[in-house]
Amino acid sequence: MKLTVLVYSAPYSSEAAYSAYRFTASALAAGHEIYRLFFYYDGVHNSNALSTPPQDEFDLVKAWSELIKTHKLDAISCVSSALRRGILDPQEAARYEKEAANMGSHFVLSGLGQLVDANAMSDRVMSFGA
Amino acid sequence: MSTTNSRKTITFISRSTPYGGGLAKACLDMVLSAAVFEQHINLVFMDDGVWQLQPNQSPQDINAKDLSAALTALPLYEVNNVFAESASLSARGLDPKALVIDITPYSAQQIAALIRESDVVYQL
Repeated sequence: MKLTVLVYSAPYSSEAAYSAYRFTASALAAGHEIYRLFFYYDGVHNSNALSTPPQDEFDLVKAWSELIKTHKLDAISCVSSALRRGILDPQEAARYEKEAANMGSHFVLSGLGQLVDANAMSDRVMSFGA
Repeated sequence: MSTTNSRKTITFISRSTPYGGGLAKACLDMVLSAAVFEQHINLVFMDDGVWQLQPNQSPQDINAKDLSAALTALPLYEVNNVFAESASLSARGLDPKALVIDITPYSAQQIAALIRESDVVYQL
């Protein structure tokens, strides 16, 4: 089945982001296709490369990045959600003259059109955290 | 974009207060984006989401943008299937005939039918 995973929640604030990760990993292991990961609203915090949990805790941002890299997933962070929460890639950081960029290199900033496209192209859209 | 080839029925259930958090705005943004790509859309206000329909909001007092003004743009995007759950309205003392936009009052059973007819449902 072709699936899209929509994440509304930040890591550690609730269980939802971790559940989304586990769902995605399990779906891939079961042979399903992940058409797109879409991080929206507080979910954009999943793409913050500066997330630094204690060493004895699960590093969700790192885990997402490895999953995306391994399976060559299309991972989008919603640009309007991300910018107002301080998640910027180098291009946006330069555009808005910010001191730093912090978005993980495996994520891409884009708009809600990518969610609408995923909605049209996927058999199911699974939402986590709202 | 390939979306124009795939027209789905999407039901959005907006359940959050307009200014207590960002979910109401997030939901409306999703609705308008889907509308731009010509999806078949149902929009349902339910639970605390019906507060978005209350007339005479003064969000400028809390430095917020007027979400109800944005709702009035729905017909321009050809989002015409707009519903509000009757019990949610009455529990909050809202008159279905005196809201910021025209809605069709729907029972929980009618909304359940709407969900069954949908390809995809988003609720936030």
